[in-house]
Amino acid sequence: MRFLSFLISGLSLGSIYAIIALGYTMVYGIAKMLNFAHGDVIMVGSYICFFAMMRYNLPPVVGVILAVIVCTILGMVIERTAYKPLRQAPSLAVLITAIGVSYFLQNAALLLWTSSPKVFPSIIGNGKIQLGELTISHVTLLTVAVCLVIMFVLTWFTGNTRMGKAMRACSEDKGAAQLMGIDVNGTISMTFAIGSGLAAIAGVLLCSAYPTLVPTTGSMPGIKAFTAAVFGGIGSIPGAFLGGLLLGVIETFAKAYISTQLSDAVVFSVLIIVLLVRPAGLLGKVINEKV
Amino acid sequence: MSTILKVDDINVYYGSIHAIKGISFHVEEGEIVTLIGANGAGKSTTLNTISGLLRSRTGSIMLNDKPIDHIPPHKVVEHGLAMCPEGRRIFLQMTVEENLEMGAFTVKDINMDAEKERVFELFPRLKERRNQIGGTLSGGEQQMLAMGRALMSKPHLMMMDEPSMGLAPILVEQIFEIIKSLHKEGTTILLVEQNAQAALSIADRGYVLETGKIVAEGTGAELLASPVIKRAYLGGEREEEPEKDGAYYF
Repeated sequence: MRFLSFLISGLSLGSIYAIIALGYTMVYGIAKMLNFAHGDVIMVGSYICFFAMMRYNLPPVVGVILAVIVCTILGMVIERTAYKPLRQAPSLAVLITAIGVSYFLQNAALLLWTSSPKVFPSIIGNGKIQLGELTISHVTLLTVAVCLVIMFVLTWFTGNTRMGKAMRACSEDKGAAQLMGIDVNGTISMTFAIGSGLAAIAGVLLCSAYPTLVPTTGSMPGIKAFTAAVFGGIGSIPGAFLGGLLLGVIETFAKAYISTQLSDAVVFSVLIIVLLVRPAGLLGKVINEKV
Repeated sequence: MSTILKVDDINVYYGSIHAIKGISFHVEEGEIVTLIGANGAGKSTTLNTISGLLRSRTGSIMLNDKPIDHIPPHKVVEHGLAMCPEGRRIFLQMTVEENLEMGAFTVKDINMDAEKERVFELFPRLKERRNQIGGTLSGGEQQMLAMGRALMSKPHLMMMDEPSMGLAPILVEQIFEIIKSLHKEGTTILLVEQNAQAALSIADRGYVLETGKIVAEGTGAELLASPVIKRAYLGGEREEEPEKDGAYYF
């Protein structure tokens, strides 16, 4: 029973990682860059939701919607101002810029909202479901459910919509996509928008589960989710999902059965081992091109 | 007959390298026009400039009497230009059908199934493999897919960059047969080729490019018969020593 309850809390944590990892992986897939500011967009989303609920007494749903809107716009602005001018630059320059944007967001948050921790209010109350000895909180259920919905919607979106197909085409070959009449810049911008909107949702779920909100709240989950994306195969949407869930479960089990302090070390060791065996990640494809 | 494409005095640079030096040519409706020349003569650069991926510093490019040299590449497609790029550039992770659908990305009110059937009639092999992932096709099949994809938008002008590159001789023959049948159906084609012999024998007219300039032009038959072209590109009998200036490599 203990095992089952650890598994469930692992899946819940993993769902949050998965939602964040989806943002990383989509942006990587299309812009071939690691957006290290992604974790800080999560933090911004959480603050927006926090202030909407606590200062303006808006209902949680409105708070979440506001957070999604603000983060979507933030994501597009970051892309337009920081990354777009570097489209032809070496990837190292883009990477450093992303780290710069990350610090910028953290320090802007420090200035605006100070370093004193905020206690994030619960968005759906503290209800629990009792199944025999097993207790599952509503937040846990909500987190897993939201993650599943996002996963299915995104899979459908990339497979069946015009925009989704444009994204897949751009992620494979931007030049060829352009020759098909696809607006590559617009598509990249849209990808940042979707990824950042998801980050806002992840932020709210994260803070509902771990209610301390500070300007660095996003960095560790951001790095973990990045790890999850690489673990699953960066660029692959199902990979991010699988990587996120596995990472959450491994981390929780490591905390429960090995050592709380060592849990991160265990997580990253697993990553190293997986990458040694499968360098492209669990679901990453190594394409053999025929010529 | 009306002029589909009119390229007038374009100059293209890669940084400080002057790659295209004042080229002018035109393509009439229903024609196959070929640009031939050695490696580095500027053939692909010319096509990429027409499709908007590169910019000319001077002159103009008109498609159906509308200037297309200052609009972004993804908008050029909407004006009726389709490009079958060098190295095929199909989407390797998409199925054959998805690749074809990408070709009609900009076309509104399209009967997708009817268009696909039209392409499948030209390329029965693609129909057999319609659900296969692009990356698993052979080189020849990928070339067919690239051509089919370009045809999906029913272009006014189809540009092909080295469709025979890297293919076995028997497949090259097949590809040229298909180009001929497209021509018969009335498709206007601008063909860039290193395989000058094959290109000239199916082309209505041809232009010979050399280090960024047009050095000869004429009908396909005229160019095929021209001794200069024969010596330089067709590997005809060579009485003198090959040029010493290193301009010709083949």
